[in-house]
Amino acid sequence: MLLIDFVAYAVAAVVLMSVGAWVVKRGLVAVTADRRQHLLRTTPLSAYFGLLTIATYVLVAIFADLVAPFPERDVLGAEYQPWGEAHILGTDNLGRDMLSRLIYAARNTVGIAFVTTALAFLLGASMGLLAAVVGGWVDQIFSRVIDILMSIPQLIFALLLLTIFGTSILSVVLVIAVLDSTRVFRLARAVAMNVVVMDYIEAARLRGEGLGWIISREVLPNVTAPLIAEFGLRFCFVFLLISALSFLGLGIQPPTADWGSMVRENATLITFGDPTPLLPALAIALLTVAVNFVVDWMLHRSSGLKD
Amino acid sequence: MAPSNETLLRVRGLKIEGRADHEWLEIVHGVDFDLRKGEVLGLIGESGAGKSTIGLAAMGFTRDGCRISAGTVEFDGMELTKASDEARRKLRGSRIAYVAQSAAASFNPAHRLIDQYAEAPVEHGVMARAEATTDAVDLYRRLQLPNPDEIGFRYPHQVSGGQLQRAMTAMAMSCRPDLIIFDEPTTALDVTTQIEVLAAIRDAVEQFGTAAIYITHDLAVVAQMADRVMVLLKGDPVEEAETRQMLANPKEDYTKTLWAVRTFRTEPKPVPAADAVPAVSLRNVTAAYGSVPVLHEVSFDIHKGRTVAVVGESGSGKSTTARCITGLLPPVSGHIFIDGEEPPADYRQRSKDQLRQAQMIYQMADTALNPRQRIRDLIGRPIEFYLGLKGKAKEERLRALLAEIELEPDQFIDRLPSELSGGQKQRIGIARALAAEPQFIICDEVTSALDQLVAEGILRLLDKIQKEFGLAYMFITHDLATVRSIADEVVVMKEGKVVEQGPKAEMFTPPHHAYTDLLLSSVPEMDPDWLDRLLAERAAGGAGAAAAPAAAAPAAARGVNPGE
Repeated sequence: MLLIDFVAYAVAAVVLMSVGAWVVKRGLVAVTADRRQHLLRTTPLSAYFGLLTIATYVLVAIFADLVAPFPERDVLGAEYQPWGEAHILGTDNLGRDMLSRLIYAARNTVGIAFVTTALAFLLGASMGLLAAVVGGWVDQIFSRVIDILMSIPQLIFALLLLTIFGTSILSVVLVIAVLDSTRVFRLARAVAMNVVVMDYIEAARLRGEGLGWIISREVLPNVTAPLIAEFGLRFCFVFLLISALSFLGLGIQPPTADWGSMVRENATLITFGDPTPLLPALAIALLTVAVNFVVDWMLHRSSGLKD
Repeated sequence: MAPSNETLLRVRGLKIEGRADHEWLEIVHGVDFDLRKGEVLGLIGESGAGKSTIGLAAMGFTRDGCRISAGTVEFDGMELTKASDEARRKLRGSRIAYVAQSAAASFNPAHRLIDQYAEAPVEHGVMARAEATTDAVDLYRRLQLPNPDEIGFRYPHQVSGGQLQRAMTAMAMSCRPDLIIFDEPTTALDVTTQIEVLAAIRDAVEQFGTAAIYITHDLAVVAQMADRVMVLLKGDPVEEAETRQMLANPKEDYTKTLWAVRTFRTEPKPVPAADAVPAVSLRNVTAAYGSVPVLHEVSFDIHKGRTVAVVGESGSGKSTTARCITGLLPPVSGHIFIDGEEPPADYRQRSKDQLRQAQMIYQMADTALNPRQRIRDLIGRPIEFYLGLKGKAKEERLRALLAEIELEPDQFIDRLPSELSGGQKQRIGIARALAAEPQFIICDEVTSALDQLVAEGILRLLDKIQKEFGLAYMFITHDLATVRSIADEVVVMKEGKVVEQGPKAEMFTPPHHAYTDLLLSSVPEMDPDWLDRLLAERAAGGAGAAAAPAAAAPAAARGVNPGE
């Protein structure tokens, strides 16, 4: 019975978002002026779906206090209550409201993942651009250090570092940011390498421009499109990594709600055919799909701009 | 071989549409032509005229994002626009073949030439593999490729550009097609290499009685190759006539302007005083990329207000010389003086003012302008950087510069490079160089990527600016027509050495160094008999003594240039 409910809810969520996407697209196209209409009209429905889903997540995360029926950490009754009147999605292993925790987890997981990804980009992109523009031994040193960091499997390395530095939110953010910045570095360096050989960079160098100008004004504007697309993908990976770490008990620590650890805490229910522990997993999956839709669309647009 | 009267290809009312942002725009507006067996039709026009699109449509093919919207293409009685994909596939490669502009990009680098040659005949069941191999060697020999017996067993990167283009022609011939479409096959080649390819293509076409469509933007080339010429402008046919008739007596105004482009000449300038300080002076400059020497003892002067054209084939060290002057490649030995002073060899050690003195205009305006910067920033930055102008003063200077390069300031100041045509982009490149208020500008093949009419406009602009500001130009080019137009002095380079230098008048009057002679005689002329005559002369051991560069060629061996 519950399983059917679960499937129905999942399908309903996807259908709702799709219909919403269609409505938003039609609405936007109808109300905007001619000049901008073109972009709105050519944007695929999948992108609207992605944007709408992400917007919903962000709104829920920001207004969690208003949306959630119960507080995040309060024990409200018996453990593992089924879905019903008082607790729409039942209660978890300690008797906390499942729906409220799902909503608060959006804030925690998505927020932390966003900060971590932003940090990874700041670090990786600036180093990658620097390596590409300066070249020579700077490039060599940066690249070799990154190679060393990348040669250790990421999850195992993260586990190792977190055991050393402890599992505070700050150290989770920093460790994942540093590990993920290696991938960003690779991409930023590769894309910037293609830009650095252009004549306009040579022209800027011959003009006598400093490093700061060349990186920020000449190279960066030409690599933003792939970097933004990568930001979307990277965000998903970081997000999954945090969830995986939480599932393993090294990520976000209880009683803070988090989708990864919520799966683990309620895993026993699976044995009884109750799909509740899959809800946080569904939340993760939906956001990942949404982000990827948006990224696909952005990549398509940035490649279309080239010709 | 004279064309027969039998019509091979009949094109009627051909309209082609291209897709731009979800809309179909017509790019070819109704073209009619006939091609008889064994006849060569030249399609000529500027970029965007639809030459290649029409050429491909003759095979019943359109590029991605294009479609034939109306008209018929009838090949040997078969309607190609309505034929099934399967039927068309059978024709292509066996009865209709295509030779692309860049052979280097069209060969698969992972397979040997002969394997790629054999693919079409074996696939179409014309020949067995062994037979195709023997046939390939035979064709390689006919197209005068060196070592025909073994050249086919090389990979594309192991042969030169001219050889590759001939191997591609051989490949197109492999099934003895009735029709070959040549899409600018020599545009990417040096003049000296171009001759060999032109001669090879013409021989092969004549020997097998193949009909051909020859697409080019170079009138002189089409004059050698085609029996009939069709002039196109923005997807419309302008004029069609027999080659000789069209050359002697063009009817339409547009055709006449195409013909007239090459007649632009700058006024002769006064010879500088013997004790004048040159704007740039090179003394025994020797340079190397790592351990590979590229320049040997290069010396020449460029005086204020004068243009020195540096000519030579690709790889002759023209651009390297420019890199030495700008400081991108510090020379191994020798001295470079700018306005009588020797700046540091490395640009990184030069002062802002020293950098300002020597500016550069690039060949490819596409890669020379940052696609994310607006014209305001592209030109405004050097004004601000070198002259320290800001706000209103900068804006005024910016507008004055745009007016100088003949672009309406209000209309252009906030555009991105992608919103400009090729010629306009090159003008922005000029304005950027000018914004630094330099003494000396290096023009690196600035017109070679442009259509002839547009290129002429750029040359006129450069000449006007030179007169106004007394600039010294170093004009790097491989196009001798450009040299004739704009140079005061000429420096001929080969393999990193200066082989000859002097005033333009002297350089275009014999006697020459053998290499200069080879270069000069290789420039195609409008005379349809030029190639025949040149080949005959070279066969007689005249100017074609390229293999023995030491031999001073007799002046009489040069082709007579009716334009001079």
